Amino acid sequence: MKQEITVALAGNPNSGKTSLFNALTGLNHKVSNFPGTTVEKKIGYSKLNAETRAQIIDLPGTYSLYPKSADELVTYDILRNKAETNFPDLVLFIADASNLKRNLLLLTQVADLGVPVILALNMVDLAERKGVFYELDILAKELGIPVVSINARNKEGISKIKNLLLDESKHKKVTYFNINQVDQNLLNEIGEITDKKNPYAALQYAINAGVYLNNKAKQINAAFEKYNFNPKQFQELEILQRYKVIDEAVRLSRRQKTNHVIKNITQKADVILTHRIWGLVIFLSLLFLVFQAIFSWSAYPMDLVEMGFAWLSETIEKSLPDGVLNDLLVHGVVAGLSGVIIFLPQIIILFAFIAVLEDVGYMARVGFIMDRIMRPFGMNGKSIVPLISGMACAVPSIMASRSIENKKERLITILVTPLMSCSARLPVYTLLIGMLVPETAKWGPFNVHGVVLMAMYLLGFIAALASAAVFKLFVKTKGSAYFIMELPGYKLPVWNNLLITLYEKGSAFVVGAGKIIVAVSVILWAFASFGPRGNMRAIDQKYATLAMSADATVSSEELAAQKSAERLQASYAGEFGKWIEPAIKPLGFDWKMGIALLTSLAAREVFVGTMSTIYSVGGGAEGDDLNTIKQKMMAEKNEKGEPLYSIATILSLMVFYAFAMQCMSTLSIVKAETKSWKWPIVQFVYMTALAYVSSLIVFNIFS
Amino acid sequence: MKLSELKFNQIATVKAVHGEELSLKLFEMGLLPGEEVELENIAPFGDPIAIRVGEYKMCLRLSDANCIDINVK
Repeated sequence: MKQEITVALAGNPNSGKTSLFNALTGLNHKVSNFPGTTVEKKIGYSKLNAETRAQIIDLPGTYSLYPKSADELVTYDILRNKAETNFPDLVLFIADASNLKRNLLLLTQVADLGVPVILALNMVDLAERKGVFYELDILAKELGIPVVSINARNKEGISKIKNLLLDESKHKKVTYFNINQVDQNLLNEIGEITDKKNPYAALQYAINAGVYLNNKAKQINAAFEKYNFNPKQFQELEILQRYKVIDEAVRLSRRQKTNHVIKNITQKADVILTHRIWGLVIFLSLLFLVFQAIFSWSAYPMDLVEMGFAWLSETIEKSLPDGVLNDLLVHGVVAGLSGVIIFLPQIIILFAFIAVLEDVGYMARVGFIMDRIMRPFGMNGKSIVPLISGMACAVPSIMASRSIENKKERLITILVTPLMSCSARLPVYTLLIGMLVPETAKWGPFNVHGVVLMAMYLLGFIAALASAAVFKLFVKTKGSAYFIMELPGYKLPVWNNLLITLYEKGSAFVVGAGKIIVAVSVILWAFASFGPRGNMRAIDQKYATLAMSADATVSSEELAAQKSAERLQASYAGEFGKWIEPAIKPLGFDWKMGIALLTSLAAREVFVGTMSTIYSVGGGAEGDDLNTIKQKMMAEKNEKGEPLYSIATILSLMVFYAFAMQCMSTLSIVKAETKSWKWPIVQFVYMTALAYVSSLIVFNIFS
Repeated sequence: MKLSELKFNQIATVKAVHGEELSLKLFEMGLLPGEEVELENIAPFGDPIAIRVGEYKMCLRLSDANCIDINVK
């Protein structure tokens, strides 16, 4: 036996695959992306005995090998290609015993690709509660493969699996579907085109190639036509025949204690949770709770992160000699990093809620409840998860849209999700709302500040729905718009799985979004730090002389702040602001705000930091400083001597930040998910246009 | 009778599914001729519906349920 065997873990969604993967590998796994996709690829290692370990690849859950969604396609891609480095020696198939028949369909398809399969029967306890149990010997004999019963949640049966993985004599290749009923000449031809020896694998690849993989599609279609072969009819026949084999195996091994189906806890819970009044009330209350938690629980950890970075930048600033490197590290790299990590607490809290709701089975019900509402907008019930997550960060939300099978509905969801007000907009809103109304103002029992903030979130949601309705008219992709989804039984969450998921999602966010934000921050730092040669030097000289003259009325700190303000104004970023001013003047913005619009491209919250630099407020943007910026901005006058930040300008800015696409990370994830430049460009253009027009309207109404 | 017309507490078996794409997806999900179905929940706005298919629960839109012929037991 070799030292390492490659095992693919496959199964239907909701079959307990994640629990089994975690039970086998613990934290000894890494998450990367499948090449060319953003679908997470989880590879873990499990020690089988002293000499051998198994490399375990977690395949996304799917119902069949004719993939219908982006994540299902990955499973197929791994299993179809024997030349692939990750092609498994063996498939460990996990099936839900309480719903065995449907689970076994995929197993028979996987086995027919010519890979040995072993079956792990999970959730035997659930089946027993329904009065059902299986004679494992008979099931194994009928299916022709080894079968073990496990309980992945309690890590029961793991050693039985390990023994089976080690025992090569039990790894058997079996076939369930008789491919010889298909025209032999067609099979030969398809085999040549696809370069596959296994006729079933070849035919299946050919069928999928027509739908998903463009290479050789023409040749394949010609062959299908030549032999009068209808792939859809074939798939139907294939599925029905497979179920015949499965029915027989299940019938012979299944023992039922009671004859009628007992209404279980899930059904009792669903009567309330999907009730036409209570269902909605519970969903909205949960949403409110999540919303509250994101903003109240995260305050303390966010302060900690902020303090940590303040300390870090101070330390670097002091320990390195003055100069470009120091400046780059502090104002480019560290500032960019802190801009990412500051949102980690909110994102972790949001993910925790979503993961728990998903794990217990509630998220599927949210899709069920919301489908009717989302439909007129060209989306479906599954779109609600990305939209809600969008309130924390659009990047992971767009990844979450993968489960939407219909391409059009998925694309629309991706396009409108960034309109949901994410946490990066919060500091901007906070500053601007603070300039509109005092923090203590009340409308009856409500804090005005909070009401305005709520209105901004609502505005984002309405804009998302409205844009979706427009896209529905223009986006043309084929694919039928069904909404067929399993509603899994309710279960208690597995806390171990939750922690592992949070760890994975958190690190994926930091690494994924972090790379881009840091890169963009460094570029923008360069724009803001360098300018047309002469200007910068003149400023440096002016302040050098001023410092020499040592005017007692101006402290050196104030001098330094004024200097950096002047430098920024003279920099390329400042030039950009002046260049763009004519375009943004109708919105009530001046060139200083133009600079902030540019720097916000790294991340929206950079607005606050840029404003503090422009108005030469030393240090960060916390506490007193925030008030100082507010006061300085409010004291600013336009050429007519009126306050520059009138109500009209502030509202206009808020609307602009609500709608504009100012996030490079989001654009790059959209490019990765849609595999084209077209959609990120469309998204950038439409959101910017929407922001511009809305701001224009708002400014003109209020001024 | 159509699946979309099924009432609570009625048990039926699937007779046929119309529409190529839809029938493929439904067959894969275990909703095939001969399988037992039962209406379990209706979403707050009357659509979609949740049904028991054999041993598990799934949901689908009324428009799709309308393409499924059933026999009530």
